[in-house]
Amino acid sequence: MSEYLLLIVSAIFVNNIILARYLGNCPFLGTSNRMDTAIGMAMAVVFVITLSSATTWIVQEYILKPFDLEYLQTIAFILVIASLVQLVEMFLQKSIPGLYRALGIFLPLITTNCAVLGVAVLSVESHMSFIKTLVFAFASSVGYGMALVILTGIRERSATSPIPVHLRGTPLGLITVALLALAFLGFAGMVK
Amino acid sequence: MAAVVREFTKGLWKEVPPFRLVLGLCPTLAVTTAAKNGIGMGLATTFVLVCSNLIISILRNAIPKKVRIAAFIVVIASFVVIVELMMQAYFYPLYKILGIFIPLIVVNCIILGRAEAFASKNSVLPSIADGLGMGLGFTMSLTLLGAIREILGNGTVFGIHIMWESFQPFGIMLKPPGAFICLGLILSIMNWISSRQRSH
Repeated sequence: MSEYLLLIVSAIFVNNIILARYLGNCPFLGTSNRMDTAIGMAMAVVFVITLSSATTWIVQEYILKPFDLEYLQTIAFILVIASLVQLVEMFLQKSIPGLYRALGIFLPLITTNCAVLGVAVLSVESHMSFIKTLVFAFASSVGYGMALVILTGIRERSATSPIPVHLRGTPLGLITVALLALAFLGFAGMVK
Repeated sequence: MAAVVREFTKGLWKEVPPFRLVLGLCPTLAVTTAAKNGIGMGLATTFVLVCSNLIISILRNAIPKKVRIAAFIVVIASFVVIVELMMQAYFYPLYKILGIFIPLIVVNCIILGRAEAFASKNSVLPSIADGLGMGLGFTMSLTLLGAIREILGNGTVFGIHIMWESFQPFGIMLKPPGAFICLGLILSIMNWISSRQRSH
């Protein structure tokens, strides 16, 4: 049990996927201007990362490994993720329209979110079991969502402050992320 | 010919990624702890960008519109696998340092962005020029960011000591906060330069 607890704490705080591992920056800066978009994106990320890590784990263990095709990992994973995102989109549209409306526009964007492929590759590289992969993927994506919501809260406040012209927008966003990352550095070394 | 040259040079300053087109930030931030890593990552990306632009512009009339993104991803992923295996064979230390960010070239938004916005609409020669220009612009940006972080964080550039004896390196520059703050300041300097150019 404590093993899983450590894995969760490590994935959310210590090795936060964006603030310590630099994965998924583009949508992180792109969708952190308004709280409702940020929450939609965070939910979509949790959903897709957990699902795609589980799928890529199965592909790795039952297709790539038995046939000695591990060198095709990158191409196989990205195809699995791209088609999975497409499938999820069609499924949600048909059967859960409410959730589809909430996540809709974020789903296609997620294919090129490097956090999705990144978490899949990280969990395969560290040879985790299926349950561990699921826990790791879920905790990592919750960490991503949390960082996204915190950053959006800060950026929404700073939007009304008098900021030098050249710093407005992305530059200030990046500096805010830097301060956030500095705060998260305090967790470094707590768990390996 | 002049058009080809223009496609090449726009990637070097006017639309230089990731400073002007804020795309492909993950490798930009993650690998630039030293100037050398920036060059390695930049050249690997340039190779994939040029090759995928070439193939996609050749196939641009053969790929059906509806499945174009999937087709682009397959082309890009194939070249990423080639780069991955080549680096593993010939540049093993660099391969170790860049690590997970080599397979992640496949989701670098710059490459898919150029395929969608340029190579799928233009002929072969301009597409190669566009890929080469954007790739070299990306390499330059990564090297610059890597050099700044290496100088401040370690007192060296390309492994050579250049700071004075008593210089205390800022270790934070090699960690994530240093990467974000450096990129943020460079972007604001770029904004300042372009607003000055506009006012003249």
